[in-house]
Formats: sequence, structure tokens, C-alpha cells
Amino acid sequence: MSAPLLEVDGLEVEFLTRRGTVHAVRGISFDLGPATTMGLVGESGCGKSVTAMALMGLVDLPGRLKAGRVRWKGRDILNTEGDPATEAYRREVCGRDIAMIFQDPMTSLDPLFTIGAQIAEVLERHRGMSANAARTRATELLDLVQIPHPEDRVDQYPHEFSGGMRQRALIAMALAAEPDLLIADEPTTALDVTVQAGILDLLADLQARLGLSILMITHDLGVVARLCQRVAVMYAGEIAEEGAASRLLHAPEHPYSAGLLAATPRLMESGDRLSTIEGQPPDLRLPRTACAFRPRCANAVAACAQAPDLRPLPDGAGRLACHNPMRAAPRAEPRPTATATAAPARTQSPDAVQPLVRVEDLTVTFPVGKQRLFGPARTMTAVDGVSFEIYPGETLGLVGESGSGKTTTGRALLRAAPISSGRVTFDGQDVGAQDARALRRLRRDMQLIFQDPYSSLNPRMTIAQIVGEPLIVHGLERDPARLRARVEDLLGLVGLPADAADRHPHAFSGGQRQRVGIARALTLEPRLIIADEPVSALDVSIRAQVVNLMQDLQARLGLTYLFIAHDLAVVRHIADRVAIMQKGRIVEIGPVEQVYFDPQHPYTRSLLASVPEIDDSPGALTGT
Amino acid sequence: MGRYILAKLWQGVIVVLSVVVVVFILTRLVGDPVRVMLPLEATQEQRDQFEAQLGLDRPIGVQFVDYVSDVAVLDFGESLWQRRPVMEIIVERAPATLLLTFAAIGLAVALAVPLGVVAALRPEGVVDRIVVLISLIGLSIPQFWLGLLFIVFFALTLGWLPTSGSGTPAHIILPALTLAIPAMTRLVMVVRSTMIDELNAQYVRVLRVKGLSPWRVIAVHALKNSAVPIVTLAGWELIRALSGYTVVVESVFAWPGLGLTAIQAIERQDLILLQAIVFLTAIMVVALNLLLDILAKAFDPRIDLRAS
Repeated sequence: MSAPLLEVDGLEVEFLTRRGTVHAVRGISFDLGPATTMGLVGESGCGKSVTAMALMGLVDLPGRLKAGRVRWKGRDILNTEGDPATEAYRREVCGRDIAMIFQDPMTSLDPLFTIGAQIAEVLERHRGMSANAARTRATELLDLVQIPHPEDRVDQYPHEFSGGMRQRALIAMALAAEPDLLIADEPTTALDVTVQAGILDLLADLQARLGLSILMITHDLGVVARLCQRVAVMYAGEIAEEGAASRLLHAPEHPYSAGLLAATPRLMESGDRLSTIEGQPPDLRLPRTACAFRPRCANAVAACAQAPDLRPLPDGAGRLACHNPMRAAPRAEPRPTATATAAPARTQSPDAVQPLVRVEDLTVTFPVGKQRLFGPARTMTAVDGVSFEIYPGETLGLVGESGSGKTTTGRALLRAAPISSGRVTFDGQDVGAQDARALRRLRRDMQLIFQDPYSSLNPRMTIAQIVGEPLIVHGLERDPARLRARVEDLLGLVGLPADAADRHPHAFSGGQRQRVGIARALTLEPRLIIADEPVSALDVSIRAQVVNLMQDLQARLGLTYLFIAHDLAVVRHIADRVAIMQKGRIVEIGPVEQVYFDPQHPYTRSLLASVPEIDDSPGALTGT
Repeated sequence: MGRYILAKLWQGVIVVLSVVVVVFILTRLVGDPVRVMLPLEATQEQRDQFEAQLGLDRPIGVQFVDYVSDVAVLDFGESLWQRRPVMEIIVERAPATLLLTFAAIGLAVALAVPLGVVAALRPEGVVDRIVVLISLIGLSIPQFWLGLLFIVFFALTLGWLPTSGSGTPAHIILPALTLAIPAMTRLVMVVRSTMIDELNAQYVRVLRVKGLSPWRVIAVHALKNSAVPIVTLAGWELIRALSGYTVVVESVFAWPGLGLTAIQAIERQDLILLQAIVFLTAIMVVALNLLLDILAKAFDPRIDLRAS
């Protein structure tokens, strides 16, 4: 490797909070050479984003750099001395030699300046261009990132751009001063999968054409596989393992890397259960002497009481911090492929069984804007003539991108969204025709699990109150002792200890909160559970735990699921049948295997092709 | 844009018409204007004559049409107290009030913006705590008392400034300060909190990563994003000053504006003058609101003027 562009040396970042000092980054070191793509991978809280922010001098109080330094082309851009020369050099380098793009393109642009002006600002600052020349160049840059009609788009404001277009504009802005390194912090996480594919292709193309280095910060191993030559896996503020993507994604040596890979559901592979990493990441406030992963590690040995150093591998192909690495086959356990493990009678002969839910030609329209006194009301059709059935005991996956109407469809089953036309029947009863009382009764049998485990639980109620509330609301249980017993049963069912009942939601992690949400949904012993993106806010290892729990509960309680999601791989894993939605219509519906292996509709095909997969050719860029 | 302004103007016209109706009803139907305006010892003959002079003996419908057509050409009749056309008095007094309020709110904005921005740079820092403390003190002091305090200190004790009245530039300083300080303390809090929000916004991070100078990030980007709430609140302060606070401040400092005139009209039971002042204040408030809406659009391209 030629001389490194970026050298990160012993970086330590901490945040001083009221509840103690959080040691977010605990001494990480790595180099990045020219024209290299490196992925920095880990789950939330592992310190990957803080590392990137620190590189750019974005760590503000209460955060501070505790130790370490960062060099750019051999000269300090960040150190603990905080001298003005370093500061000035960093500001010179930032935007000119190192550029950064962020996760949320919707909020990353100043809403009050045109796209062109915001790109031109970089050129004026770092390339000394005149306003006119900068505007011309901004137009060329928009063309480079494949924004159509750049000469018109350059004078538009951010709100006139879609999410994917904004991320393209941000990439254009980042590349304006022709940097050597682009730091991309989860650049596609907020985007739909087809848009994500376009952005990843664009980054790969630009990397190859411009000889750019990219530091890709992501939780998505598929993204790493598609774009990166090298990978560093972070856990609890430290680098656990680093090496070539081609090796690390297929023969990981650190048990955490192996666990992460095994917990990631694959698009083209079915299996009974996802592998999980049991337990929770450690509290970053606590000092550490042992290996951070030891409590969750199946390979732990006595030596792990002493934290391992990150040492170069014997063959020099990477670095590893582990006393007892994986030496086995590429995957911890080879998983069964496409076996009919979970193919019960229900999906084999649906005609023989009465469907639990039957949706016929469902349309949901919402009024838009103000209605004029005369003239027709303006409406938006969210769901446009959708028909499907859900059979007892099966899981129907409902997949679509944002705005496809999948959430509205789920809500219409409960009549939480208006049924404008068409019919929804639940167990033979017409949901749309029920009066308020009957609807209330009917809703007992249909419960919801929500996406965001943080905002869907009332922070002022205890877990017992949250889980027990449906019984009280429906007037089914008044005796406090019996209520309590029922709550504790439910908590046990979702794998939470009984003493969780008296605590408030803030005491729990995201995965635990989602278990509380599931317990609440089960309180009334429903027959159908509508789960709206139940795992998309969770980290990979936690997601696998919750998916497994949902499958166990289905087997034990004979539940029927409508599983609404955008993540095709998770749906592949949990669903028996799948319906693909686009613009309010179901474009394809059928058994999962059939839809995934032999998609008929072009939209389904493009969706499936857009998902970045770990098994894509690793380091795809090296060849192109 | 043009359609939006027309729509807003139309709304303004409705507001003004409502004011006309309310003022008409209040002065004619609530109590007997003749009894209110004439001394107690007036004879019945004098009362009848006065009633005829005001046209109050005619049918109410005729009175209303008459009243509206007079108001439409800004003819409010003759002041009972000064025995000359009301408009003449208003034209004479209004400039003093406008000068005072614009000077005061201008001063308030000029002080509040830098103070609020500096406080927002480091929330909970030393500067921020001092600014917040000063704001809280300013918010807690009654305005008339602040005015009296100024008179005692700057005029009587130090003798630097005149106690009251008008005539020289020095005369405006104390009333303007008295009007400005409470407005400023309210504005500082708004500037501070919106700037804290803006400086923590994602786009500010992006701007910093572009290598822009902190000054440009703060003064060009974040401040412009804070402009809509700041301008809206400054306008609101202007409206509040024009339509209320000047009454107090002008009385304390004997500043010869509309506020003082309104008090004098009340003391002399000059309903005709008072209703003209109320009506013209309403028009100024409507006009200012329209101006503020247009100004907000100038700052923020996302405000869709056709929408409302």
C-alpha cells in the first residue's frame, strides 16, 4: 500500500453526561490509503459514527476528544493539544480534501438556499471560483451525479428535490472540490431500496472514475459487500476485526463478526431460525478490563478476562482483537437452504381453509388540502383496489417502498384508516359494516405492533400498566391480582423477567421495548397481529432475537401475522406468502419461494435486484 | 404572489369592516352616547340638540350607512374636546407614536439578535446564563415602573435627560428605552432558542464539514433560518407597542402621540376621537400583519403563498 492518506491513531472520544461519562470511542487506530474503499461496520452505539464525526471536528460539548490524533497526509488535523494551527488546517482540509455525506438527506441541506448556491459555496471557499464559474461548475456536478435537467435543477430549493435526489445533490456538493476521501455515514439507510441501489452504484462509479477513497460507515453488511474492499468491524467503541472484505465477510475470525453475519437474514436463503447474539452490548460508561464481547461470546475462554489487543494477523491480511478466534468453516453453522421446513398445510391447500381475513378491492382515499366550497374535494388514493386473503396461522408479508400504501392497508383492516370502497372481512364479519361497539369487539382479535419501540410506549406508565391496559380498556379484568398475574405471564412469554413489570420504558433497550410492545399486542389473545415494520428500528443481532420470538409465539399460540416491512430479507425469512405493493396496488402475491425465485412483475424483479447482499461479489469495485 | 396578497388584503378588509361594525355598535348601543358625552347638568333641550347634531335621532340603519360612508373617506367627524376634525388631530399626533414605536422596536431587535446569537453559541455557558438572567429580570419589571425608574435615575438624579415631553432628540431616549427593553427581553429568548435549534440542525453539520468559516455558518445560514420566527415576533412586538404599550409609556413620559391622545380622549369623554384612534390602530395592525406575511415569504421559499 502506498503512503496512507488518513491515519487515525489511538482515537478516544467521550461524552460527559449527567449519568456519567460515556466512553464512546475507546482508542481506535486505522490507516486509509488512496483509492481505497473501507467499510466501518457495527451496530448502533459501537462508535462508528462518532469516529467519523471526530475526524471532521464535529464532536461538540458535552463530547470531547480524550486522546489520540488524526493525520491527513502526515499532518495533524485533530489532536488533544487543540492548537489553532491544527484547527485551521482541518478547516482547510475539510470540504476540500475530505468530504462527508450523512444519513438523512432530507435535513442535510439548508432549506433557504438553492442547491446550486450550496454547491457553489464549496467551490468559492476551496477553489476560489467566482460566483458565475461556481454556478456553471455546480450544474456540471449535478449532471455528474445523474440528476436530470441540471440546468433547471441548479436553481431549485431542497424542498423541490426528492430524498434520493437530495442525496445525489449532497454527493455532488461533497465532490465539488475534488476531494481525495469521501466519508459516507449511513448514506443510504434513510432511502428506499431501489433508490439505495442507485446511490451505491453512483458511489462505486465515481470511486472508480475519480480514484476516490471512501470510508463507508454502515450497519448493513450488504452495503459493505457491494462497495468496500476493506472492512473494520467495531464493537463497543473498539475495532474487533479488520481485513479484506472478501475474507472477512466469508471467513470472519472474531466471534462478533461471525455472529453479526449469521444474524443477517439472506434474501435467497430460508431457515427456521436466525442465529442470534444473545444479550446486550455493554454499558459504555463502565471501565473495561475484560474483552467487551466476553459476556455474549460462545468462544470465551479464561484469557478473555484480559482485553485482547488488536494485533496484525499472521498472514498480514488484517488485524484481530480476540484470544480465541473462529477457526471453523466460513459460517458458524451451515444453514439449510430452501427446504420446506416451515411449510404447513395452510399454505399447501388454501382452498380448503376459510381465510381469517379477506380483503376485496379495498380502496383508501384521504382528502388533501382544503376543500373548496364548490367543486370536487381533492383526494389522494393511498390504497387502490387491493385484494388478498390471510389464512389462519400463516404469515403474509406485505412489502413495499415508502408511500406504497402498505401501512395504510394494515390500518384499514382495523378500520383505523377509512375504507373508502371495497370490503374487508375478518372471520366472516364485514369490518366496514360494524357499529362502534361491534368494531371494538372485533378489534380485540386484531392487534398492532408498531415500528418505533421508543415512541410507541407511554414513558410515564410502568410496563405492567402498558401491558395490562388493553384488559382494563376493554373491561375484561378488574381484579388487580389476576391482572398482575396475567401481565407477568405475558412478560414471561416474550422473554422478559417478571420484575420488569414495575419499571418504566426508559429502563429498557430497543429490543426489550419491542418485546413489551409484543406483550401488549398479545394481552387480549388476538387471532391476528398486524406488525408494521416491527424490527426495522432494531440492530441486526437484536432484530434476529425479535424475529425468532415472533415465530415462536406464532407456533405456540397459533397466531396469524400480517407482517408489513420494506426489508425483503426479513420478510423472506418470516413470511409464508408475500404481497408486493407499489403505488397503492398489489403487483404480485404468492408463496415466498415462488415470488423470490421466480418474480413475475418487473417491479418485484427490480426490488429484489436492488437489495445489496453479502454474497454479492466482494469488493466488486476492484474489478471494474 | 399577487393572488396571495389579494387574498390577504381581502381578509384585512373583512377585519376592518368588523372593527367598523363593532365600534359602531359599542358607541351607539351600549349606553347612551349623549349622556356619556354631555355634563350631568345639561338640560333636555341641550341633549336633544346634541343628539340631532350627532345625527343620533335618525333610524339606526341610516346612521350606519352614513357612518360607513364617512369612515370610507376617513371622515370621523369633529372632536368634541378640541372642536376640530378628528383626522387633523390624528395626522398631527400619529408621527410621534410611529417614531417612538419604530425606534423602540428597532432598538429591541438590534440588541436582541446579537445577544441571543451569542447566548446560543454555548447554551448553559457563562454568557448564556447572564443573557437569560437579564431577560428574566426585564420580563419581570412592569413597564410603567421601569419608566418611572428611568425618570428618577437619568433625569432627576443624574440630570442627563429630560423627564418628559418632546422637542429635542434627547426627549425620545427614555420613552424608547422603556418601550424597547421588555420587547427586547422577549425577543432575546426567541432568538436564543431558535438559534440553538438551528445550530444543532443536521444542515449546520454539513456546512461545517464543507469547511466554511464559523462566522458564515452562523450569520449567513443559521441566522437566516431563524429569521422567520424572529421577524414574526418583532412584528408582533411592533403591533403590541402600537396598539397598547404606547398608551402607558406615552402617559408616563407625556409623549405627544396617539396613546397619550387616547388617554386624553377618555378623560374628556371624547368618544368620537377615541373611536377614530381605535379604528386607525386596527388598520395599522392589519397592514403590519400583511407586511409580515410577505416578509416571511421573502425569507423562506418553502412558504407557499398560493396555499392560503
